[in-house]
Amino acid sequence: MKQAFDFVEMKLPAKSEFVGVLRLTISGLANRMGFSYEEIEDLKVATSEAITNAVNHAYYDEDTGEVTIGFGMYDDRIEIMIADRGGSFDLKEIREQIGPYNDGETSVEEMREGGFGLFLIDALMDKVEINNNHGVIVIMTKFLYENEVGQNDDQISTTQ
Amino acid sequence: MNLHIDDHLEQDVGVLKLSGEIDAYTAPQLKEKLLSLVEEKQKVEVDLLKVSYMDSTGLGVFISALKLSKEKGHEFKLVNLQENVYRLFNITGLNEVINIENTVEGEIT
Repeated sequence: MKQAFDFVEMKLPAKSEFVGVLRLTISGLANRMGFSYEEIEDLKVATSEAITNAVNHAYYDEDTGEVTIGFGMYDDRIEIMIADRGGSFDLKEIREQIGPYNDGETSVEEMREGGFGLFLIDALMDKVEINNNHGVIVIMTKFLYENEVGQNDDQISTTQ
Repeated sequence: MNLHIDDHLEQDVGVLKLSGEIDAYTAPQLKEKLLSLVEEKQKVEVDLLKVSYMDSTGLGVFISALKLSKEKGHEFKLVNLQENVYRLFNITGLNEVINIENTVEGEIT
């Protein structure tokens, strides 16, 4: 279960003018990992939807001035965490508390104010989980598929 | 990361030419301009040729415009959508309810 991965964490002010900054970041990270152009577009929309939701939450809830975003980059996937509370991630704790988004009706309802936002996240990502205990944390995963990884030459020998 | 909005008349049709990105930051100004144009003009066309990025905040704006146009009995359509922008209308099924003409695939400058 334990896997090596690179982790990037950033905090952005919970303001809509920073949604584009997050898009540039995910674009850069996903490009580095070898995601295709279309997949990067999907990732840009999904992360924008999630941070837009977080920004809207912050707007209604005055004590949250920051959104925390974490990117877990594994060999085969990227996991993006977006939390509308300013604290850092305790990954282990979040993992233990998380469930698939269909299970928690209240959290879905809460996200619905974004209209098609959560629907798009679900459609564009491979896996979406929402934790609603301390603010809202969205964790979404997109896998790198093998045919898109196989850009380098040694791919052929390793598949035998 | 900005949205440029240019509006002009083409034979009684109110045309809104957009270029840039439609997201939570830029959607409010688009909504304001578009809704007042739909309110005013019998026919409104939104040209999305130079829109390189859009998310659900953009969908929300176009849904509002569609509702208002129906109320007023006005026409409202979207033209020249890039493939990645059209895709969102397709996924959400909004391509069935919003009048969309021409989708394009090509370099955006």
